[in-house]
Amino acid sequence: MHMKQKNNTEFKRVMRKILKNPSAMLGFFLLIFFVIIAIFAPLLAPVEGDDNPYQMKPTKYNGKMLWKSTPIAPDPEHPFGIIGKYDVWYGVVWGTRSAFKIGLIVSIISSFIGILIGSIAGYFGGMIDEILMRITDVFMSIPFLVAAMIMTTILGKGLDKVTIALIIFGWMQVARLIRGNILQAKEEQYVLAAKALGINSTKIIVKHLLPNTIFPVVVQMSMRMGSLVITAAALSFLGVGAEMGYADWGTILSYSRNYMLELNRSWFAVVFPGIAMVLFVLAWNLVGDALRDIFDPKMRA
Amino acid sequence: MVDNEEVRYKLTAYIIRRLLILPLILLGVTFMIFAMIWSLGPERLIGTYVKSPEALKSESAEQRIIEKYGLDQPLPVQYAKWLGNVFQGDFGYSNVGRTGVREAITSRLPYTAELAMYSIIPVIIVGIWLGVIAGKNHNRWKDHSIRIFAIIGWSLPDYVFGLLVLLVFYSWLGWFPPGYLSQDGLAALRSETWNSVTKFATIDSIINWRWDIFVDAIRHLVGPIITISYLWWAFLLRITRSSMLEVMRKDYVRTARAKGLSEKVVINKHVKRNAMIPVVTVAGGMIVQLLAGTVIVETIFSRPGLGNFTAMAAVQLDYFSIIGSALFFSTILIVANLLVDISYALIDPRIRLS
Repeated sequence: MHMKQKNNTEFKRVMRKILKNPSAMLGFFLLIFFVIIAIFAPLLAPVEGDDNPYQMKPTKYNGKMLWKSTPIAPDPEHPFGIIGKYDVWYGVVWGTRSAFKIGLIVSIISSFIGILIGSIAGYFGGMIDEILMRITDVFMSIPFLVAAMIMTTILGKGLDKVTIALIIFGWMQVARLIRGNILQAKEEQYVLAAKALGINSTKIIVKHLLPNTIFPVVVQMSMRMGSLVITAAALSFLGVGAEMGYADWGTILSYSRNYMLELNRSWFAVVFPGIAMVLFVLAWNLVGDALRDIFDPKMRA
Repeated sequence: MVDNEEVRYKLTAYIIRRLLILPLILLGVTFMIFAMIWSLGPERLIGTYVKSPEALKSESAEQRIIEKYGLDQPLPVQYAKWLGNVFQGDFGYSNVGRTGVREAITSRLPYTAELAMYSIIPVIIVGIWLGVIAGKNHNRWKDHSIRIFAIIGWSLPDYVFGLLVLLVFYSWLGWFPPGYLSQDGLAALRSETWNSVTKFATIDSIINWRWDIFVDAIRHLVGPIITISYLWWAFLLRITRSSMLEVMRKDYVRTARAKGLSEKVVINKHVKRNAMIPVVTVAGGMIVQLLAGTVIVETIFSRPGLGNFTAMAAVQLDYFSIIGSALFFSTILIVANLLVDISYALIDPRIRLS
């Protein structure tokens, strides 16, 4: 009972903080907006046929199939225009789902790996710490985009492969963060007491150390969502990401590469997915900022 | 600043330790990259050794190549062999460059270096300047407008912004074309009388007294520079601003104000100098990220530099070219990180050594 009451006031405190901060409100509002688009994608952009909706199909224009892949400017039937025979509106709407999918899967799995490695290194210290941290250094020594490019060229095209590539090179910051926090927390009284009582290390890490170091990870996960989605789309844009015709913001942008010297004919294929990306990243950045304010103990006073 | 004998001793130990670790990390990077490529298996690796399709015509050709280069041998053996080649400067053959990987990279480097040189200077100067203005005017209209400017830049992917720059300044206004130089400019560069000293078109054109080519080179540089600058201003000014705000809350700043020092002196002498410490640490990493970012910026503006080369190599599955560029980028990254950490420790020995 007492616990429940405490959670309740904590919840109220968090809500008050969010409501008082206009940029946090904007962030949450945008996020909800994207969630709604992702959920109602089948209604907003109906799927033709009943096979894989993420594979875009050549669209019809005035009821006829298109023979040429020249870009067609927006009109009432195709509000975001047509590029490479694909409807941009369809790609942007279903691309929202792709963005959530890749962002959430990559940030959750890579954070998990980071937590595992960081807590082992931080808790045991010594040689284990040294080895794990040098391996982390090695993984951090290749620029993220270049590393992801190498991985996708090896694994081949496809959003699932992009996901794997981003996970392999996405865990290091979390590992460092967790390690640093655990090194600090290790010296705290309650941990020393638990150790003196002979509680085993896994239990100490999971029950005592992680709960006190997990919030910065949540903040970082939210901050990284945007950059992960941007990098995934960058790979598609460069031509080493999702397959041709996959409903993904980067893929649509990549079609405008065919018209790089006359972008005025295909501006809509840059502007609309571009706006979606900016707002998506903005949403996560603002939410991350708000979460940091809420969870940062230094700011509570 | 380092007056204490013990601190100096610790500092030296720290620097030596970092210098010893550096080659280890580099070795680790080469191993990781090689292991990734090795996982492709001997059949797909053949392609990287064969210089023309004719070489594969005869029936046993595949097997012969696998044996000749030891492609079926275990990872450590192949790695040792490859590393030996790398130490001799042989990174393999680049299909995209139609030459050795090392030659391909060195011939493209000037284009990227020139772009980076002209981008980094305005990025650092203007980024910090904007951050200082925002920090000084905390919560006033100047601060708010700079923050909005930063938030937009912070959320814009570089390729979206680059495409928009190309759309506005080339397709609509026709001011800043993509590419390296116009046809006439390229022809002049190829002529025998051209004196190529620095391989930077902007500087060589002055040496050769060709004002028209100088203007031409600048026109082709503006688009990529705008793209890179805006995104990094946003980043750098955020760091500078929050660092300024943090320092301004410190006791010694309050003391300085209480002493009756003018606001100008407080900001310039006490706040700015201390606020720059975290900025220095990110600036090093920023330069590396900026270089890696040329993969996208050069692709959009079809500038024939190292970034463009890397992107083309990735699309055409030219593995040895990708390895070469990746090694180049990571070497710069590792060295830059080392320099930043050492200078950080020198500026403020308490931070790292404690």
